[in-house]
Amino acid sequence: MTDENKPIIEIKGLTKIYDTGKIKVNALNGVDFSIKECELIAIMGPSGSGKSTMMNVLGCLDKPTDGTYHLDGTDVSTMSEDALAEIRNQKIGFVFQTFNLLSRTSALKNVELPMVYAKIPAAEREERAKKALSAVGLEERMYHMPNELSGGQQQRVAIARALVNDPKIILADEPTGNLDSRSSEEILLIFQQLNRAGKTIVIVTHEPDIAQHCKRNVVFKDGEIVTDKKVEHILDAKAVLEEINKKSHHLHPHLNQ
Amino acid sequence: MDFFELVKLSLISLNANKMRSALTMLGVIIGVASVVAMISIGEGAKGLITKSIEDMGTNLLFVMPGQMKVGGGGHGMGSIQTLTFEDCREIEKNCPSVVGCAPEISKSAKIKAGNQNTVTQVVGTSERYPEVRNTKIAQGRYFTSLELHNQKKVAVLGQSVVDNIFFNIDPIGKDILINRIYFTVIGVLEAKGQSGFTNVDDMIMVPVTTFQKRLFGLDYLRNISVQVKSAELMDSAEQEVGELLRKRHRILNPDDDDFTIRKQTEMLNRMSDITSAFTMLLGGIAFISLLVGGIGIMNIMLVSVTERTREIGLRKAIGAKKADILKQFLIESIVLCVMGGLIGILSGIGMSYLIAKFGNWNTSVSTASILLSFGFSIAVGLFFGIYPANKASGLNCVEALRYE
Ligand SMILES: Nc1ncnc2c1ncn2[C@@H]1O[C@H](COP(=O)(O)OP(=O)(O)O)[C@@H](O)[C@H]1O
Ligand SMILES: [Mg+2]
Repeated sequence: MTDENKPIIEIKGLTKIYDTGKIKVNALNGVDFSIKECELIAIMGPSGSGKSTMMNVLGCLDKPTDGTYHLDGTDVSTMSEDALAEIRNQKIGFVFQTFNLLSRTSALKNVELPMVYAKIPAAEREERAKKALSAVGLEERMYHMPNELSGGQQQRVAIARALVNDPKIILADEPTGNLDSRSSEEILLIFQQLNRAGKTIVIVTHEPDIAQHCKRNVVFKDGEIVTDKKVEHILDAKAVLEEINKKSHHLHPHLNQ
Repeated sequence: MDFFELVKLSLISLNANKMRSALTMLGVIIGVASVVAMISIGEGAKGLITKSIEDMGTNLLFVMPGQMKVGGGGHGMGSIQTLTFEDCREIEKNCPSVVGCAPEISKSAKIKAGNQNTVTQVVGTSERYPEVRNTKIAQGRYFTSLELHNQKKVAVLGQSVVDNIFFNIDPIGKDILINRIYFTVIGVLEAKGQSGFTNVDDMIMVPVTTFQKRLFGLDYLRNISVQVKSAELMDSAEQEVGELLRKRHRILNPDDDDFTIRKQTEMLNRMSDITSAFTMLLGGIAFISLLVGGIGIMNIMLVSVTERTREIGLRKAIGAKKADILKQFLIESIVLCVMGGLIGILSGIGMSYLIAKFGNWNTSVSTASILLSFGFSIAVGLFFGIYPANKASGLNCVEALRYE
């Protein structure tokens, strides 16, 4: 089904200039870049290096100033806003640093949201949302409101929401930025499992630890790619989690029983 | 997203800010309620005036002194004193289409009975009045043509006069003083009640001859009511009366007429025009308050859009199109207005009921005014919701997601 060598994302000469009137910021400077299907990539770099700008363009949230962007074979750099909305709905799943769940809306309803815009009937929506929540281990928390969930749980709801329309690509901008190390590891575990199941995943992070869980690391600096390398010793989130569990069990034997 | 889901969504979001939604809705509630109540007042007045004109009797012509030309000019109506009781009698005698005539002249006078004083309108008329003007006698009798011929000092009282000076005493046969002249009460008219702003029961009827010769020393009339045999004969009666009066007043050219003949239906139309204008004025004032309510809606919707910027960004990121966001906010504002509208209609009906009950004013809630104000509240929701909804749908996704 998935062809390991076919590029799903192909970017050529991508430039993004923010024109704030007084000053022009070159957030991206003619970036050439491609992502093959089934990759797990970490985008790294110092603050202000253009990582988020890149993610916004990849996610069809923002249009480049110059350059071309082919997503899954189609040129999206010239598409209308509504056509892009449909692409985002069908092909891309977003995970944000701040989760961006709708408050006063249950986990289940939050996960249903992308399907609402895909015009899927209510019964099917609920079924699929429940499945997605089970896949991230939240079957018991479906009817909870976001403020009744921990940060890690909220981010898992967000991942379920990103998955529910079965997109090809998942884009995560600093998904663990607001989480403790254990919750971060749990999120990474889900990403690794999803990747194994065939999803292309792009994670923005500035933590080398997190990047070490990915297959490929791309480093940005001043709107340009300065490093693009394969990761040699990929960390397995499952193993790391077990390690953490063992330690905490050792320190606090009454927990985790 | 389908319509019902959007409605449900907007109810959830309105429910999240109950107090704010309620206060915003209050603007629409007051607006709609006042539209319904004001129109009911206007309609009530219209019904009352129509009824009081119909109460005057049927198939009537009114002859008034002076000339009324469209667009001004001529002599002012009622300002000259050319119409006499003889004219009235001659019309009765010589016009074949006419059943009878009732002359009318009135002045206010001081009334005394025992030690009770009052001031009221004294009307001089003929024995034909009850028949022509569809007036019934509640007690006693009306005066006769003989009493009229002999200028007898007899009086028929309106119900309010009886209430004011006789209280519970039977007035028949009692003496009263009208401008210090003794009259004998021979009858009491049946009560007709309030007609618009005037109380038609507050008057005393005396023979027109007595009125002219003994009470005030005049020889003219204010008007003559002419009853015509049937509705079909109205035009020929008008012609007959006109010709007769022209002959009696030696007028050759109808342009020089010193009288005006009006049909009852014309008066009815004029009055209903006036009351329609009155209704529109009241409705218009109320409508302005509905607009003010609408501005409140717009204000709150703008606040809501700003507050929910991140939500809008998120919805767009996961696939909401411009139209989806537009619909969501538009329906929210319409739901707000429709809910306000429904409550407003109910309170408007309640208000007009209370006005009728305690304000001593006829009101009539029409289906048309309910539909109108309901339609307007939807329109207000749409009109004032468009700008905020458009603002929401036009938000830039990336910036919205980053909004703090
Ligand atoms: N909306 C914007 N308007 C103006 N400048 C912006 C905007 N967004 C980002 N920038 C600028 O573009 C550059 C890259 O930003 P960003 O992609 O957010 O960096 P990163 O996510 O790597 O920290 C920075 O210099 C930032 O100040
Ligand atoms: Mg960033």
